[in-house]
Amino acid sequence: MSNDPAVEIRGLVKRYGAKTAVDGLDLTVRSGSVTAVLGPNGAGKTTTVETCEGFHRPDAGTVRVLGLDPVARAEALRPRIGVMLQSGGVYSGARAVEMLRHTAKLHADPLDPDMLVERLGLGGCGRTPYRRLSGGQQQRLALAMAVVGRPELVFLDEPTAGLDPQARRATWDLVRELRADGVTVVLTTHHMDEAEQLADEVAIVDAGRVIAHGSPEQLCRGGAENTLRFTGRPSLDLASLLKALPDGTQAAEAAPGVYRVTGEVDPQLLATVASWCAQNGVLPDSLSVERHTLEDVFLELTGKELRA
Amino acid sequence: MSAGTFTPRPGAAPVSRMILAQTALETRMLLRNGEQLLLTVIIPALLLMLFSAVDIVDTGAGKPVDFLAPGILALAVMSTAFTGQAIATGFDRRYGVLKRLGASPLPRWALMAAKTLSVLVTEVLQIALLTAIALALGWSPQGNPLSVAALILLGTAAFSGLGLLMAGTLKAEATLAAANLVFLLLLVGGGVIVPMEKFPGAAQSVLGLLPISALSDGLRAVLQQGAGLPWGDAAVLAAWAVLGLGAAARFFRWE
Repeated sequence: MSNDPAVEIRGLVKRYGAKTAVDGLDLTVRSGSVTAVLGPNGAGKTTTVETCEGFHRPDAGTVRVLGLDPVARAEALRPRIGVMLQSGGVYSGARAVEMLRHTAKLHADPLDPDMLVERLGLGGCGRTPYRRLSGGQQQRLALAMAVVGRPELVFLDEPTAGLDPQARRATWDLVRELRADGVTVVLTTHHMDEAEQLADEVAIVDAGRVIAHGSPEQLCRGGAENTLRFTGRPSLDLASLLKALPDGTQAAEAAPGVYRVTGEVDPQLLATVASWCAQNGVLPDSLSVERHTLEDVFLELTGKELRA
Repeated sequence: MSAGTFTPRPGAAPVSRMILAQTALETRMLLRNGEQLLLTVIIPALLLMLFSAVDIVDTGAGKPVDFLAPGILALAVMSTAFTGQAIATGFDRRYGVLKRLGASPLPRWALMAAKTLSVLVTEVLQIALLTAIALALGWSPQGNPLSVAALILLGTAAFSGLGLLMAGTLKAEATLAAANLVFLLLLVGGGVIVPMEKFPGAAQSVLGLLPISALSDGLRAVLQQGAGLPWGDAAVLAAWAVLGLGAAARFFRWE
């Protein structure tokens, strides 16, 4: 595995008429990583990914995929990447297995299509033409087509949109296995849990730019602080607790008998609170840690209001 | 790192293998489509049988089938290279098939080559079937088969260019409607069943420049009258091929 980035985007701008879809976007995808591009509808995720796939010529900025210009060096790049479009891409009259076998034939050393049919549960599609497959079956076929050529780098545009929980799990397992076998994965998603579960790196995109970038842990830590909440008898004297806690931690009685400790909640802090309770003869009825999720971070950064 | 199932081993298949696979798939898609078969096989076959058996149109001296068979072959070429190809490609484009293939190792020129081969394979099947029917109806073809092949190839190039131009610039639904309408108009006005002499002189000179008229007229000159390669008709077809394919190459939009 090389140390050169799999994808390097600098100052990408892409306009459609008067509308600016991507507005000075920077993104580096480490080789061998799983990177999730997260963002609201219309944030520019698909345009960005499709520019990497060579479908659009940037209006400004540079894009390098596996070190190549995706438009000028398309013929050299395309055999090396796997592409899953957000929808479509298959002849309306084609059968799932037929189309997968065909895609395999376009590659020098493809995976066994039957293995993918098995893994992604496509065997049940039988002779049904593509246009009559369920949305989930169409998605799983598109995923299989993206990986069948043993690519170095896979672009998955909303790979689990419209999937039932089992199919979603199968997709996640596949992405994890791709990563374990050294394939770089770039995926777009609306699902925070998906990014948290799968991604080494998350890029949050809004209005055509990356507004936050880092590992899920870094992003969650960088956002609002975490909270430890416990209940006990009302009006406990919190001064001694504060003294025992690290600097910057806060403790307050949010409601009578409901206490909230905010700060960097780690196992040490939990032990400190528990031993303070023991010293003060407090048996908490409940004690819980409220971790900030990527969803909180996402909503904080992109705003909670619905967008047009 | 130990090799796992998905360990990258990327690479394009040899281009000849890709074109072969793509041709086979395109041909299967075409033959599986009921509406396409209606257009490419059933309508030409029915017209051939109907007009040979029933004296509806005055086809001049000689057996009606000797006049009709060349026109029906021209119609078959048009139905596959123009109408069928325009509709299928229009919907392939609409459903992102062309886009997805554009991200595969298959180069665009190879995709176009495969589409053309698939049209030619379909035409061979059509011609075999229609020839068998015509022979059963008493057809006695004349002329050099190589001249026939040359005219059919030129006609295929002309109609493919126009079909791809339509599919690559209009919406799929518009292509569907327009391609069927053009098929119908050219069927009536292109000398397929109705002899050109039935039209007024002024109309004749315009209609005679249509690719379908040139193809049916050229095929008739060879197959009915036993002429050599009709250069005038060949030139009309070549001009349409250059114009159509040139415009398609210039204006075709893949998404």
